[in-house]
Amino acid sequence: MIQLDDVSKRYPGGQEALSGLSFQVEAGELVFVTGHSGAGKSTLLKLITLIERPTQGQVLVGGVNTGRLPARRVPAFRRRIGVVFQDNKLLHDRSVFDNVALPLIIDGASRREIGRKVRAALDQVGLLSKEKRHPIALSTGEQQRVGIARAVVARPPLLVADEPTGNLDPELSEEIMRLFLRFTDVGVTVLIASHDWRLIEALGRRVIHLEQGRLVAGALPHA
Amino acid sequence: MPEQKVRRGALTRIATYFARHAQTLVGTLGRLARQPVSTFMTAAVIGIALALPVALHLLVLNGRALAGRLDTGTDLSVFLKKEVPLDGARRVANRVEARDDVDRVELIPADVALERFRARSGFGDALDALDENPLPHALVVHPAEGHSRAEDIAALATALRALPEADIVQDDLQWVRRFNAMLDIVRRTVLLATALLATAVLVVVGNTIRLDIQGRRDEIVIIKLIGGSDAFVRRPFLYTGIWYGLAGGLLALGVITAGVLLLQRPVERLAVLYSSDFTLQGLGLLPGAALLVAGGVLGWLGSWIAAARHLRSVEPT
Repeated sequence: MIQLDDVSKRYPGGQEALSGLSFQVEAGELVFVTGHSGAGKSTLLKLITLIERPTQGQVLVGGVNTGRLPARRVPAFRRRIGVVFQDNKLLHDRSVFDNVALPLIIDGASRREIGRKVRAALDQVGLLSKEKRHPIALSTGEQQRVGIARAVVARPPLLVADEPTGNLDPELSEEIMRLFLRFTDVGVTVLIASHDWRLIEALGRRVIHLEQGRLVAGALPHA
Repeated sequence: MPEQKVRRGALTRIATYFARHAQTLVGTLGRLARQPVSTFMTAAVIGIALALPVALHLLVLNGRALAGRLDTGTDLSVFLKKEVPLDGARRVANRVEARDDVDRVELIPADVALERFRARSGFGDALDALDENPLPHALVVHPAEGHSRAEDIAALATALRALPEADIVQDDLQWVRRFNAMLDIVRRTVLLATALLATAVLVVVGNTIRLDIQGRRDEIVIIKLIGGSDAFVRRPFLYTGIWYGLAGGLLALGVITAGVLLLQRPVERLAVLYSSDFTLQGLGLLPGAALLVAGGVLGWLGSWIAAARHLRSVEPT
């Protein structure tokens, strides 16, 4: 699903965020990306969601070489990736339903299809009863779950989450992680950037650990 | 039936496409309605900018109508030869009236002309001393509309002079030339003002949309992050621009109509004093609709320019 070959990313400032990174993630896998802040986690996610392009090497996502994709194809490419943000990035001027519906509206889905898929996604995250609320009226955990519902509503084959539990207490964090695990059951590939060691250990999945833009062999530094 | 299924799928997509547009149309209107004061102020600026050239245009229109009533400058006087009898003069009048470039011909028989001359000149007694009427029958030829340019009138005069019955043909080309020259200047002034004020509308809409884009930066970034195309991101701004333009056009229409209504009575009073039945011409239905369309198109264009310039810089980082 994701394949990086000798990927480096250097920002115009001159500092190298990633150097010579190579790894592969199979379809249906759940993989954690760990590392201190500044280790290159965010840059890696930006390369996968095509916010940035590699300066060297190639990034293949779902068979698409992101370095060669023309700008006008980027939106369609992004629609096949569900993204969960640390600060959930919800639109506060519209309801939970409308927030979750956004990817489907962008995709040009019919009204019936939207209603069906949005309710299915909200059901999955346990917020079906709150579709008419505005995000501001929800708790932080609930807001994050709305963000997840929005990421999965169009049923993308790849889910990318940037510190999805960064602002949540341990109990909520675990709930969210279990949610991600459930998506892998239906064949979705999940990539989660996180530094919640306790949870990562508990889940026992593959870990890509970055240090100063390089891949560090071995799973958990603490293990 | 896979083919039927595909067709239905395409139909659904088209229906969905229009439904999306309709949704954006209503959604942007709702957003504008939630900020009535700032929306009204923007629409008012556009409305005034649109109303000015239209008002100038109406002024020219009415001025021409008025000039058309007062002047006889484009008319030609044909004095027939003394030996042409009255029924001969009638036949000439009919022949001339049949021309494409002639609207109508007025026949002034010699005795009528004499009566008028007697009444106006004060030479009544002197005329009485004459044995016979020294005046010939005369024709006043009114050129048809669209044939009042100087060269048209010159051509008509030449044709009239070639008539065997014609003795003297009088035209007032000088006056026609001057009037047309003045009209040309005014017309160009209106054109210039229209161009300038249309640009002003573009700038106003463009600037408003630019501020709108800045204010909704976060939203735009989020939509781009989850795969919204440039067209999708641009659409609400384009509709907002169209709404501003239409609202401006509507206000301009209101201003113009109110202006015409306010001036109607005083103009009529003045016209009565000049014993004229002149009435102020308002904006017709079609030009009114054109004004609205022009507003909408300018709004769309202004927002398109702003969106093309500023949306590109709003990218997720």
